[in-house]
Amino acid sequence: MVPTNFYLILGAMIFFIGAIGVLTRRSALIILMCVEMMLNSVNLTLIALSHQWGNLNGQVFVFMIMAVAAAEVAVGLAIIIAHSRHTQTTNIDEINLLKW
Amino acid sequence: MSFSLLFFIVIGAISLAAAYGVVASNLPIHSALFLLTHFATLAVLYITLDAQFLAATQIIVYAGGIVILILFVIMLIGSERIENQGPYRTWTPYVAMFLGLILVITLAYSVMTGQQFGTPTLAIPDGGAPPVLGLALFTQYILPFELAAVLLLVALLGALLLARRSKIETK
Repeated sequence: MVPTNFYLILGAMIFFIGAIGVLTRRSALIILMCVEMMLNSVNLTLIALSHQWGNLNGQVFVFMIMAVAAAEVAVGLAIIIAHSRHTQTTNIDEINLLKW
Repeated sequence: MSFSLLFFIVIGAISLAAAYGVVASNLPIHSALFLLTHFATLAVLYITLDAQFLAATQIIVYAGGIVILILFVIMLIGSERIENQGPYRTWTPYVAMFLGLILVITLAYSVMTGQQFGTPTLAIPDGGAPPVLGLALFTQYILPFELAAVLLLVALLGALLLARRSKIETK
């Protein structure tokens, strides 16, 4: 029997690695993958707690998160394609249309 | 050390290594393949947590759908090495380290002082088998379920509209 804490710690570590990726990588595609990883770590946490308390609500939440993640990645990739058609790059440091 | 704990440690280590590979590899295509490994190991962990339906969904949606979509896009727009090219904001790594430190402190604090879980007492009948989860989805959570369907439709149309070539471009 694996303690629930171990799952939560693993989820936190995966979330942390994903956050590092989002903040340090420059490729829009890899940033999108890291966001997916962070969503998955939250899924792992929800399922672990659902198992801990014997309650199905956590698993239903995970189902909804999966639907939102699929929608998010489809629209995100479409935006990346549309933008790379104009500028031939996916480097987010060169995607600086907004001025400040 | 019990077998289940050893299994968890091995799978968790593979999962963490794959997650590190996603962040650290140079080519986006390697990242995508590491991401596939990561999703597969998470599906295994879901099975150990009695969520069989979600494990299957994880494989189908993430490994079968999202990673394949990412691989298609990488092949469409090319996977050039773009790190350290073009204008580079030198302050970003420091902000990343600072925010990461805050995250580590917060997580460590909540892990150290948080609730200690005992062994799970209330087991879900049949775990996360499809009939049990389906019953919950179609009775108690019918409204979010329908909203998710609308969301997926909107995302489908939006992705089509965004990624479509304009008529002027194709002429």
